[in-house]
Amino acid sequence: MTTIRQQNRKLTRNLWIFAAGSFAFGFALVPLYRVLCDVTGYGDRTKLAKAAEVIEAPVENREVTVEFVSAAPTYGEWEFRPEAGSLKVQPGRLYEAKFHAKNLRSKEVTALAVPSVAPLQATQYFHKTECFCFTPQHFGGDEERDMTVRFIVDPKLPTNIDRVTLAYSMYDAPAKVAAN
Amino acid sequence: MAHTHEAAHHADDHSHDHHGPEKGWRRWVYATNHKDIGTMYLVFSLIMFFVGGTMALVIRAELFQPGLQLVDPMFFNSMTTMHALVMIFGAVMPAFVGLANWMVPLQIGAPDMALPRMNNFSFWIMPFAFTLLLSTLFVPGGAPAGGWTMYPPLVLQNGTSFPMLIFAVHLMGASSIMGAINVVVTIMNMRAPGMSLLKMPLFVWSWLITAYLLVAVMPVLAGAVTMLLTDHYFGTTFFEAAGGGDPVMFQHIFWFFGHPEVYIMILPAFGVVSEIIPTFSRKPLFGYDAMVYATASIAFLSFIVWAHHMFTVGMPLAGQLFFMLATMLIAVPTGVKVFNWTATMFKGSISFEPPMLFALSFLFLFTIGGFSGLMLAIVPADFQYHDTYFVVAHFHYVLVPGAIFGIMAAVYYWLPKWTGHMYNNKLATWHFWLSTIFVNVLFFPQHFLGLAGMPRRIPDYSTQFADWNMVSSIGAFGFGLSQLLFAYIVWQTARGGVKASAKVWDTATPHGLEWTLSSPPPYHSFEVAPEVK
Repeated sequence: MTTIRQQNRKLTRNLWIFAAGSFAFGFALVPLYRVLCDVTGYGDRTKLAKAAEVIEAPVENREVTVEFVSAAPTYGEWEFRPEAGSLKVQPGRLYEAKFHAKNLRSKEVTALAVPSVAPLQATQYFHKTECFCFTPQHFGGDEERDMTVRFIVDPKLPTNIDRVTLAYSMYDAPAKVAAN
Repeated sequence: MAHTHEAAHHADDHSHDHHGPEKGWRRWVYATNHKDIGTMYLVFSLIMFFVGGTMALVIRAELFQPGLQLVDPMFFNSMTTMHALVMIFGAVMPAFVGLANWMVPLQIGAPDMALPRMNNFSFWIMPFAFTLLLSTLFVPGGAPAGGWTMYPPLVLQNGTSFPMLIFAVHLMGASSIMGAINVVVTIMNMRAPGMSLLKMPLFVWSWLITAYLLVAVMPVLAGAVTMLLTDHYFGTTFFEAAGGGDPVMFQHIFWFFGHPEVYIMILPAFGVVSEIIPTFSRKPLFGYDAMVYATASIAFLSFIVWAHHMFTVGMPLAGQLFFMLATMLIAVPTGVKVFNWTATMFKGSISFEPPMLFALSFLFLFTIGGFSGLMLAIVPADFQYHDTYFVVAHFHYVLVPGAIFGIMAAVYYWLPKWTGHMYNNKLATWHFWLSTIFVNVLFFPQHFLGLAGMPRRIPDYSTQFADWNMVSSIGAFGFGLSQLLFAYIVWQTARGGVKASAKVWDTATPHGLEWTLSSPPPYHSFEVAPEVK
């Protein structure tokens, strides 16, 4: 026969374990979120920052507009802009675009450009064969230069999408990335 | 020998001498009595209600006419952020915990809460949490201004107030979790013999479910803000794109907490209304079992609808459809509840005492808030409404005439039980009408503003929005000032007045164990468990 005191203690302990589990679950959502992105291919970060092997197979009678957007979230540290605002492309053909970046500080900095594609559904059909976003970029003090991205829009891109936006944000690389 | 005998006798006396409260400050600081702690929670929440209300009036004063008149935009943003934090965590949640402290033991025939010392701790954390939070108003850079949702990267730019905000949220979370654990243990283990789960009053049921929600999601919020903290100070990159993180992920985690939180703030009000409507309709509640299952269904569904707060972040179509349909599904159990309350009144012998007035106003106005919620659930429509005043109107309709009217109805229903005095009925009726009229003057025009495209969290606006903003601000001041009347009525009743009988509402013959006790109930009630048939 357990007393009410023991019952209370047991239930309280279980509820604390439940609460601790919820706390852990909050953190578990981080890898779960990644897994979900990988499985569905939506907003897949690893794919966006990796070189793809694609064979050119142009589709003559289709045109997709690719827009280029740049952002430098930390004000006054970077100048960063695309050379052209947009480009009309044929799916299946390799194109090249340039982004111009300038380090506004007079010290050496390692930069990281983080890509993203909108709409998210287009992410898995947007392949880059070469990109300045694949590796950290070293800049000398006040250095400026053009950086290249080569890409192919997959002919399998759903036909309801005729406009794809490729956006980059320029950040100072976190310490552990810069060290590599 | 005689001496020791006497000493032993004295000690014995002492252990029996627990029938009254301690004198002075010790009664409150060392409080373990559920009634004292309940009272402290309720008083604390009333104070926070006025603090948060003052902030709301700063917002509405600035929005009285277009242009920037009274405060600078940064301070305005601090006000919107702090108003939300204070009202949610300082006013509504502690008020419901206070009601639970007072009423759960009385309604289930328990002598006290199961864990009285933890009860004391969970209350006394609150003043410290809010001192910490409110002191951010005086630190360099000002109070948090990035919105109560604390989205990164904006929240990380808050400066000195940022860590204070995070630790205040941690403290509030700890307090809520302890309060919730206490409620669950009390309800599961301390019920009077014969009171099976499906005989419990609905207020107790709704709190049992709410407490489980709290234990499930408050730690998730704690985790989310901890990640913000480590992102800011320890170089983690959970939400920082430069390190491979994603700020949108914060929104997912936050709203995984945030949506159940919405129901944490409304389910106890459902419970209160389910007590009051049967009493003043002089009929048993229609569909008791359905009410219990509906509450449980709402709680379950609340875990799978979070992304409807963030349709515009760019989500796969399948995701949008899922979250839209799951959200609309909540209207079913909620509809069951509204139907049952209405059916309870059908052919009832209704009288309109202040608690019933507030309950009816709740029923009507909460339903309006529910309908605007349905509109917001529709993905294509939400793209237009998102972050406009329509959203502000929606959630204030469910929180003010929803949650807060629920609390006020509860206070008017049980205050004579707590104090042993009847309040001034005429003043309370005045308070009701002023509140109900002004709350609509305040929030109804915000629907129009939102549909016309006025964004929320903006200190200035285009002149086309001027008229309705002025109306809304007039409503705000009317509503705010009316609440002083509420504070006065409560204070006056606590001090004295006409003696209330044990049943208080004699002509309505309310049901429940709390009415078998005297008004006020003895300091230690149900020391011998009552028999429930």
